[in-house]
Amino acid sequence: MSKMRGRPGWLTGLMLSAVLAVAGLSAAHAGAPKPVIEKAVKGEQCVEDTDYMRRNHMKLLDHHRDKTVIEGVRTKQHSLKGCIDCHASAKTGSVAAAKENFCVSCHTYAAVKIDCFDCHSTKPESSSALHSTTSDAADYRHKLAARTKTGLSVQELVGAPR
Amino acid sequence: MNENQSIDQQSVASPQRRRFVSAASATAAGLAIAPGVMLYEVAHGRPEDQRASSAVRWGMMVDATKCASGCNDCVTACSTENGWTPVAESKHPKQAPQWIRKLELQDPLTQRETNLPMMCQHCAEPPCVDVCPTGASFKRADGIVLVNRHTCIGCRYCMMACPYKARSLVHEHLNDTQKPDVPRGIGCVESCTFCVQKVDRGDGTTACVEACTAAGHNALVFGDLNDPESEISQRLRELPTKQVRADLNLNLGVRYHGI
Repeated sequence: MSKMRGRPGWLTGLMLSAVLAVAGLSAAHAGAPKPVIEKAVKGEQCVEDTDYMRRNHMKLLDHHRDKTVIEGVRTKQHSLKGCIDCHASAKTGSVAAAKENFCVSCHTYAAVKIDCFDCHSTKPESSSALHSTTSDAADYRHKLAARTKTGLSVQELVGAPR
Repeated sequence: MNENQSIDQQSVASPQRRRFVSAASATAAGLAIAPGVMLYEVAHGRPEDQRASSAVRWGMMVDATKCASGCNDCVTACSTENGWTPVAESKHPKQAPQWIRKLELQDPLTQRETNLPMMCQHCAEPPCVDVCPTGASFKRADGIVLVNRHTCIGCRYCMMACPYKARSLVHEHLNDTQKPDVPRGIGCVESCTFCVQKVDRGDGTTACVEACTAAGHNALVFGDLNDPESEISQRLRELPTKQVRADLNLNLGVRYHGI
């Protein structure tokens, strides 16, 4: 305390302004939180260089979707399903379920709204049976029911009440 | 009399001869390119980097005489495979998507009942494609009629144009309940795809056909209409079949026996 009182006024002023300047600088830099890029669960290397993918993944996906839907070409190299298989989060099993998941995290930062997941599943193939609360489970029940039904003969089915 | 007979014999013999010739030339072509590859392709469908080809036309035969009353296995299997909620379980049954449905018809005069599944008939001249303002409704090279959801604007012209009421609009958000292999979503029209994901995988069959066969009814046959040796072509040669609303001249991919 005694030391503080002994400090010359100009020095305190200088320190204060320095602290304020640094605070101001960091406030200007804070902005939106930087995207968290989760590491792909599977694989070490993306299908193209990371730099290329960051700038051009949308072009590859656009091209591939037309080839797949219209022509029936189903190569895995640039398919959205391929992206999801590798990049689905270990925690949520999805690329878009939580804020820090692979697709959402960058797209929120860049303020680019994507509608891929209005139609496409955000999860890889295998995980769909795990989610018991979704209506997927209802479909799965049907699969089980369909399997148990197969033992019935034609006559039994004809006679079965509707 | 003799002349008539000889003409009859000729007409019976000629398709067989044609089949033999085409089979022989196909084998020769297969041998000339690569003997093993040809066999593999026939057994497992086309490789994933190859486009759907117009050499194939996928089709289905429904034998209504074998289709059991009260059985819904084909519908259940379709909803399971493609991830649409069965109408009975939907919160809004009147607007629930329906890719395939069972019909029970009765002749008012004779009281005879007919059971059959109704779905997209995969026309060679599809009216849904004619009316689509964006080109989203299209026929793939191998005869499968599809909706490209990337360009569908949900105007529902195709639903009105379809004589078979085969198409539905997805009215509600699906909230990530879709199957990874079957993207579908709000604001787009959809219908039977002949399980295009399975066809492209090389399964050579559809979910409804699998279910019907598993249940022991064998009322459905799926296959290549262009291949004279395929099971469906052979069955179509043997049995009399009809196209529903044949008067529209749409050349359907789905043919019914016993209606």
